[in-house]
Amino acid sequence: MDFSLKIEEKLFLQMIREFAEKEVKPLAAEIDEMERFPIETAEKMGKIGIMGIPVPIEFGGQGGTNQMYSMAVEELSRVCGTTGVVVSAHTSLCIAPILENGTQEQKMKYLPKLASGEWIGAFGLTEPNAGTDAALQQTTAIDAGDKWILNGSKIFITNAGYAHVYIVIAMTDKSQGTKGISAFIVEQGTPGFTIGKKEKKLGIRGSATCELIFENCEIPKENLLGKVGKGFGLAMKTLDGGRIGIAAQALGIAQGAMDETVKYTKERKQFGKSIAKFQNTQFQLADLETKIQASRLLVRCAAYKKDNNLPYSNDAAMAKLFAAETAMEVTTKAVQFHGGYGYTREYPVERMMRDAKITEIYEGTSEVQRMVIAANLLK
Amino acid sequence: MKIIVCIKQVPDTTEVKLDPVTGTLIRDGVPSIINPDDKGGLELALELKDKYGAEVTVITMGPLQAEAVLREAFAMGADKAILLTDRKFAGADTLATSNAIAGAIRTLDYDLVITGRQAIDGDTAQVGPQIAEHLDIPQVTYLQSLKYDGKNTFTIRKATEDGYQIVAVDSPCLVTVLSTANKARYMTVRGIVEAFDKTIEVWGADKIDVDESKLGLKGSPTKVKKAFTKGIKSAGQVYEVDTEEAIGILVSKLKEKFII
Repeated sequence: MDFSLKIEEKLFLQMIREFAEKEVKPLAAEIDEMERFPIETAEKMGKIGIMGIPVPIEFGGQGGTNQMYSMAVEELSRVCGTTGVVVSAHTSLCIAPILENGTQEQKMKYLPKLASGEWIGAFGLTEPNAGTDAALQQTTAIDAGDKWILNGSKIFITNAGYAHVYIVIAMTDKSQGTKGISAFIVEQGTPGFTIGKKEKKLGIRGSATCELIFENCEIPKENLLGKVGKGFGLAMKTLDGGRIGIAAQALGIAQGAMDETVKYTKERKQFGKSIAKFQNTQFQLADLETKIQASRLLVRCAAYKKDNNLPYSNDAAMAKLFAAETAMEVTTKAVQFHGGYGYTREYPVERMMRDAKITEIYEGTSEVQRMVIAANLLK
Repeated sequence: MKIIVCIKQVPDTTEVKLDPVTGTLIRDGVPSIINPDDKGGLELALELKDKYGAEVTVITMGPLQAEAVLREAFAMGADKAILLTDRKFAGADTLATSNAIAGAIRTLDYDLVITGRQAIDGDTAQVGPQIAEHLDIPQVTYLQSLKYDGKNTFTIRKATEDGYQIVAVDSPCLVTVLSTANKARYMTVRGIVEAFDKTIEVWGADKIDVDESKLGLKGSPTKVKKAFTKGIKSAGQVYEVDTEEAIGILVSKLKEKFII
């Protein structure tokens, strides 16, 4: 078993760290404060390949691995949780289902533009009445001969409004239950498709989270993704992959908060010495650091399995569950270590704490991850 | 157009510390980077490649680990890479270094040779100009920007101590570039993935066109007698006054010490 990074992964880390430090970190506080989507960062990331890391070169991608992709999300999230999720939702939730389920024509049409960052991607599954119980889809897609007609709405859609391509899950035959659900590719600007309310959120405030509204939205027949009736499985599998991205995001947020806390506890003096000299600080930091490293190994293991075509659903669930709860714990304690200063926006740890919370909720709550893990254990 | 870019692997001096006893750099655990001025030179070459379709060859001299900077150059967009490594090159001062590099360049076709102005570990700014002298080609140092007429002539803005000069030079020539001349591009993900499939040519002393007596320690007239950290003699005085008054204080202090 080899735990060391490959030489290309080391060089990749050098690049992504420099990019995160110079291009992403300086904007993090501002986009949070202004609730502004970092469109300029998305363009820069497109230019150097961060928007299409695990996409094969034949489809205009970078020919990288899921391991590199998860490292990218980690390093971006280390300085800005918003930027991490922009890449994660784009790559895991839009590019991956097209890459894994698309026809050759669909791949040729969408992947080069998505992988180059010219287009941004999004994914719509959640509805007001279909959250964790995603089978309760109320959005419908009716077969109208040479086209599909979509009606309904989706909520909490990451990258909405900025994305050009949306993977949309809808009911094609209600009588079939989950076997009556299908997946579609919907392009921005399609008549009958509009972006609804933009959410005001606790964290990842630079990320655009909106409602998608479909009113007799007609899409071409060839925009069906995968087979009719296979949309639920496609969505669940997409979320399995997405969990590696979100686990990497949580890991990055935790690491970022640890970086800040190590620096702060060494500088901050109370009772005549730096607070890092107190054993209470040391023991707590040791516990948190151990959990961060455990999260990293879980994330790397899940990405390794995905890269090697091994089953990874359970690994991704464990990685996301553990990394998300670690992120919440590390960021909460990071604020505590910073004391009153940590509660203010002068320091980044309060933002990190707000950003961490969503990782326990989206792409399957921590409770859903436990359901997945238990189901695998007890089957 | 064929461009040769000389780059050097240096310790990242923003992270380097001095050994208080020996006064030398502690290099252990310090990340190695492409020397910043050289990275500016590589960016200049890659911009010319983007515009005019040049072929960019990077050369470095150093131990085998120096391969890392050549891989990074590949990932940024360089086409070919040569690593000059040989025990015979060891212990080289700037003269022996420039002799080795010029010896390698002599065996290649080129229109433009680019070096960084100086390396952050030595700060001599000598190797670039010396290479030009060995090759007997014109040189323009301290390049801030460059325009190419698409044929044979480069119009260069070069920094001087108190301003700049605009000069024209025909190829083949050598320029030394400032890191501030441009903003070096990031490696691309695909560039990184493919960098390790590309071949780095490893050349020893036998591959280059230069007399061996001019290489390494033998070819180095410079001998370092002693390296030490400058000690701080006493705490300075801080005057928070306006500029006019500050100049007055400075001048009178310098006069007091018979410096002026």
